[in-house]
Amino acid sequence: MIEVRHLTKIFPDRKRGPIHAVEDVSFSVAPGQIYGLLGANGAGKTTTLRLLATLLQPTSGGATVAGFDVVTAAAQVRGRVGFLAASTALYGRLTARETLQYFGRLNGIADAEIAARTRRLADELDMHDFLDRRCEKFSTGMKQKTSIARTLIHDPDVMIFDEPTLGLDIMAARTIVRFVRDCRDRGKTVIYSTHIMSEVEKLCDVVGIIHDGRLLAAGTLPELRERYREQEMEEIFVRCVGAEPPRLRAN
Amino acid sequence: MNWSNIFTVYAKELRDMLRDRRTLISMIVIPTLVMPGLLAVVTFISVQVAKDAAAAVPTIMILGGEDSPQVNAALRAGTKVKVVPTAPDWKRQIADKQLRAVVDIPLGFDRALERGEPATVRIFNYSGELRSGFAVSEVRRFLSDYAEKRVVARLAERGLPPSTLKPFDVATENVAPPEKVGGNIIGGFIPYFFLLLCFTGAMYPAMDLTAGEKERGTMETILCSPVARLDLVLGKFLTILTASLGTVACSLVSMGLTFAVGGPLLAQRIAGTGTAAARRGAEQITAMTTLDPLGLVAVLGMVVPMAVLFAAVLFVISLFAKSFKEAQSYVSPLIIVIILPAVVGALPGVELNARLALVPVLNVSLVSKQLVSGVWQWDYLALIFGSTCVYAVAALFLAVRMFNRENVIFRT
Repeated sequence: MIEVRHLTKIFPDRKRGPIHAVEDVSFSVAPGQIYGLLGANGAGKTTTLRLLATLLQPTSGGATVAGFDVVTAAAQVRGRVGFLAASTALYGRLTARETLQYFGRLNGIADAEIAARTRRLADELDMHDFLDRRCEKFSTGMKQKTSIARTLIHDPDVMIFDEPTLGLDIMAARTIVRFVRDCRDRGKTVIYSTHIMSEVEKLCDVVGIIHDGRLLAAGTLPELRERYREQEMEEIFVRCVGAEPPRLRAN
Repeated sequence: MNWSNIFTVYAKELRDMLRDRRTLISMIVIPTLVMPGLLAVVTFISVQVAKDAAAAVPTIMILGGEDSPQVNAALRAGTKVKVVPTAPDWKRQIADKQLRAVVDIPLGFDRALERGEPATVRIFNYSGELRSGFAVSEVRRFLSDYAEKRVVARLAERGLPPSTLKPFDVATENVAPPEKVGGNIIGGFIPYFFLLLCFTGAMYPAMDLTAGEKERGTMETILCSPVARLDLVLGKFLTILTASLGTVACSLVSMGLTFAVGGPLLAQRIAGTGTAAARRGAEQITAMTTLDPLGLVAVLGMVVPMAVLFAAVLFVISLFAKSFKEAQSYVSPLIIVIILPAVVGALPGVELNARLALVPVLNVSLVSKQLVSGVWQWDYLALIFGSTCVYAVAALFLAVRMFNRENVIFRT
């Protein structure tokens, strides 16, 4: 379960003045549900997810993740969250097995249990061929599988995905999408940020449209279609944000 | 603080580091090779200088002196200089470095000496040129010996002993044990070396474990795990410290072997060339390679808190950088900051006092110079060890604080 209440994050900036990256955002995500956070680049998606993963501290407002407060019980929150982003890379000089062992140990899991879970994850994700090879030599697909296994090694209740398909080819992106669905099917609470409309349509049970740090609209896909009288997610998004991109002028 | 997590982070970082070729080069290969390399260079130069000194007899020319056969013949009979026939273009020859010096013997020089009249011998040289300087010293030495012989002869004519003009002799003799002589010669040099290696050993891992992780995107991955940031900082810091001390240890072992095996061998080889300069070179090498072992252990004791300070400072600076390249541009100029006090400390004449004992790097450099020469000033030792520890802890504290700052970790 994720409960976000009036979450606000302001970054001080000497040149530009305070930047309101996230402003008064509230929403909740139930177990077995995928919440899609849809927004353009710089809308505040990454900051919101980093606040939920306790990588950043909110300026005001707050959130609870799996029943723990992100400010007062940050370590407990991190112990129950699996965070996967395009920016969360693997240690190139460690093997996939060593990576899983490292993160397992940091989560306080005993070595025998880590070994058992590694076996299980390698079975599920078909990783046995490259489990003992160094990550720096991996293909994108192998890296994705290892990253997925890394987020699952401590069997978290909550999964946070921050544009996980960014820069991936179709096959690697499909692996991620399938994995996100699996998480929902296992009853995990999932939050998924993206700017790709088709992913939202395919995956998300509830969609929140974020723009300039504010959550402008939230609801299920049918609800949003009804509200904005549009079928396509892209049209809904543009209507919601209220700004057509400027047309290219002739000459 | 969770020691189990700190150890997990440390063990992983250590394994990661030891798999990196660049770290291995900076931590093991360079410090191991640098000392034997340095000794080889010193030896090569000493041998070369000794050979050159033996081979190169300066060429000089005599102007005048046709009516003074005695001094002329004595000068030509000497083996220290080679006299070439007089030529009118002697100035050009000096400028072209074909001639090293020209001796101008005034008219009636021998006769003037007989009569006890004053006379001036002039030497023309290429001022500032090393070999011309050697030639001038040889000619001067010959002339002063020649003058002394005349003085002795004149005293004898008057029935006076030579001691009339030289009532006593002065002799200097070294009574310090060889390791202390070695300490003085090498004293400023060893800590300078250790400090530099201590710094360079920590440099690469510090950048790799902070800015490098940010650049590769693994920083965010590790920050998502439940490990506390303090544990993460300490695990990483201990890895950097290990690299720093490992570098010093490698150089120490290499130095020990080089001095124990290579030193006497090379000294023998140099001495084997037989000249006086070679003998001096051999003595210097023997002195350099003989050190007070207890002093050396104490120097290492002083280097440990210094390594802590370096590791923490490098951690803080590299953590601030967004990329490895940016970290390099911050850290590289810092080498000067380390080298400068270390060099000042190595200079002869710069002595330790209470104020200098508080200047980081310089204080360790100065006290190490004393330690390897067998001088133990306990009050200064305590002051330096204590102040370095305080600086080190402060730097480590700053590192932990920086790691908790969002604008440092997620600096864009």
